[in-house]
Amino acid sequence: MTLAVPAPARARPNALWSFISAQPLGAVSLLFILGMVFASLFAIWIVPHDPLKLDFAEILAPPSRSYPFGTDNLGRCVFSRVVFGARTALVIGILASLVGSTIGGLIGVVQGYFGGRLDFYVSRFIDILLSFPIIVLALVVVAMLGKKIVLGVDMNLVVAIAIPIIPKVARVVRSASLSVREMPYVDAARASGFSHQRIVLRHMVPNVFAPFIIMFTAFVAQAILLEASLSFLGLGVTEPTPAWGLMLAGNAADFYREAPWMIIFPGLAISLSVFAFNLFGDALRDHLDPRFKV
Amino acid sequence: MIRSVAIGLAIVLGAGMASAQTTTPTRGGTLDFAVVSDPPNYDCHAHETYVVVQSVGPFYSTLLKFDHSRYPEVKGDLARSWTVSADGLTYSFQLNPDVKFHDGSPLTSADVKATYDRMRNPPQGVISLRQATFADIASIDTPSPTDIVFKLSSPNPSMLQNFASPYNCVYSAAKLKDDPRFPLQNIMGSGAFRFVEHVRGSHLVGQRFDGYFVKDRPYLDGFRIAYIPQPSAMLNAMQGGQIKAEFRTIGPADKARLEQAMGNRIKFQEATWSTGLIVAFNTEKAPFNDPRVRRALSLALDRNAASAGLRRTSILREVGGLVRPGAPFAASATELAALPGFGRDINAARAEARRLLAEAGVSNLKFALVNRAVAQPYTPAGIFLVDQWRQIGVEVEHRQLETSPYVQAVRAGNFDVALDFQNQVLEDPTYTLLRYISSDKSPENPSKLVDRELDGLYEKLVRETNVAARTALIRAFEARVMDNAAQVPFLWWNRLVAMDARVNGWAMSPSHVHGQDLVDVWLAP
Repeated sequence: MTLAVPAPARARPNALWSFISAQPLGAVSLLFILGMVFASLFAIWIVPHDPLKLDFAEILAPPSRSYPFGTDNLGRCVFSRVVFGARTALVIGILASLVGSTIGGLIGVVQGYFGGRLDFYVSRFIDILLSFPIIVLALVVVAMLGKKIVLGVDMNLVVAIAIPIIPKVARVVRSASLSVREMPYVDAARASGFSHQRIVLRHMVPNVFAPFIIMFTAFVAQAILLEASLSFLGLGVTEPTPAWGLMLAGNAADFYREAPWMIIFPGLAISLSVFAFNLFGDALRDHLDPRFKV
Repeated sequence: MIRSVAIGLAIVLGAGMASAQTTTPTRGGTLDFAVVSDPPNYDCHAHETYVVVQSVGPFYSTLLKFDHSRYPEVKGDLARSWTVSADGLTYSFQLNPDVKFHDGSPLTSADVKATYDRMRNPPQGVISLRQATFADIASIDTPSPTDIVFKLSSPNPSMLQNFASPYNCVYSAAKLKDDPRFPLQNIMGSGAFRFVEHVRGSHLVGQRFDGYFVKDRPYLDGFRIAYIPQPSAMLNAMQGGQIKAEFRTIGPADKARLEQAMGNRIKFQEATWSTGLIVAFNTEKAPFNDPRVRRALSLALDRNAASAGLRRTSILREVGGLVRPGAPFAASATELAALPGFGRDINAARAEARRLLAEAGVSNLKFALVNRAVAQPYTPAGIFLVDQWRQIGVEVEHRQLETSPYVQAVRAGNFDVALDFQNQVLEDPTYTLLRYISSDKSPENPSKLVDRELDGLYEKLVRETNVAARTALIRAFEARVMDNAAQVPFLWWNRLVAMDARVNGWAMSPSHVHGQDLVDVWLAP
């Protein structure tokens, strides 16, 4: 007879380390996103020049030690504007995605929980919203709402970008909550006489949080792209605010032949940040969704 | 002054060089050129937009026209000579004989009278934007088919220039009698070209009128206008040889691109444009109802630095007062420097600006600058203004609107500060200074300011015929405008016209509505 000696308890791997080791691309993209956040927060100490300052002596100057990304047609430092542009992109991107995903998520949970006619009518309305291309829907909303600046952020632009996100998140979260609704603990909560509000908020929402967070992350990228597109079309952020889409619009189109750095660097910033958020969202999905863990 | 002389010399030398290169005009060929959009209709009397003049102008004659070699002097078009009475109340014109409309009917003084009657007293259903311009005409007599006499109720020194406006297309009296709205949908003039076809959104074609009254003119067989709304598409068309000219303007970057791509196949003419940007303050809103605040904001603008810097990458160019730099009655450099906001010492001006704001009790001033969402020249100008005001501690939200909501906001007074523009089609100060008088007398004044002293100066100016006295009145008017600072000039634009090197005989002028009859234009083989 041998005594079973209990194996020493293995320390539970750190969640972050687990993510990094399982999703190295996701980790790199997270690093890039953290870099963006750092640059946004400490932009004023990072940039070599005031991003709004005009310097007519340095108009269309090529990249140099003093101006790492060159200057634009008004002598403004492109590097400083790209760094400050990250702040605009992140603030509007995160805010819009948060608003859109939260409202969409709540709608999806309520739909999934109650089902029936409410679910049917809301789903048809969401189908209508989904039939519009995301940029068209945002254009309509921004044209209708105009501008409303609060603490330097155009809140109507945030709303315009958030609205097209709502139906997409609602659709995904509804699917997740349909299965959660059938769980025994939800039945138990119902049998215990808990209110609908308590069941939805305490039992449903936490269990659809994984798809929610994945959608939120993925839509930050969409929101950044949408903000850049709207600014490029003249409906988003206005000059002289540093914003990547705006840096590609207007006068940049006139000078890109003699000063290609005016469009290369903001273009790269948009591409890399959207790529990073998309990669991070995918990695997060792969990491959190049990269906992807084979 | 030196700058004005230099600009004048440059224009004269440019024209001289152009004419020296190719002196013998050649007949034949079609001039293809671009215009940004179709005319809303064909009635010259009902519009102020240049697309009407550039599209329809070659089909019509006017009584007088501007002489571009001596701009803004005028010369005869239908009129071969004229006299003005000593009291300035009677203008007598002798018309060229044998002038024919494109339908073969003769053009007589009755047609000119019918045209001017239509402009000064438009019949019901007819719009005339020239009504106020010709309000001083008391009567029009036609003693013979080639003589016409205008009698004025009071002297008006700008009247000869008014007669030369390209918007005064002379119509057939018979056609107007049948239908006063005939010119809206039909083109039948006596100009060098007759109408062939107009396809909206695409093109308009004119063909040489063989019965044109000027001997051996026009040189061209015809012209074809391509309507191209996008500047980049227009440049592509020019580079590809589909069009030979665009007569409004291009920017410095466009010039560089065309030069690089086309080498000696392209040429350029440039002049100070009779169009300028104006900063307008809404005097009905606090704190802009306080002249000290307005003056402070004007003082903060370094116009000289703006001119030196923005001219490299935009169509903005000269520093000037209320009258276009280089034009008769324009302020000299010394006179300009004495005006608040035009001095050379920007640090002193900004110190004074801060003092005025403190005196007015305005600290932490924040407002919105309403601007047009048009890249050239509005966006760089708006960015510059925001930067300048930031330097005296003023925070500005730059609000760029599409043209229609912009115009609506400015006209309705829904703005704090607006970046407005003026387009001086005529050079006479009676015309150019009208926008600065009290808003209850001039709907063009967006500031809503009422200043009876300015109105009084303007009334004297309108009736004054002595040049020295007029000049003194204009300087007093200008000083008053800059002092109350309800509307202050920022920078004047630069007109840069690109055309195929084979295009000759077209003369540059400070306004893009003049010189578009194409009578003297010819194409080198």
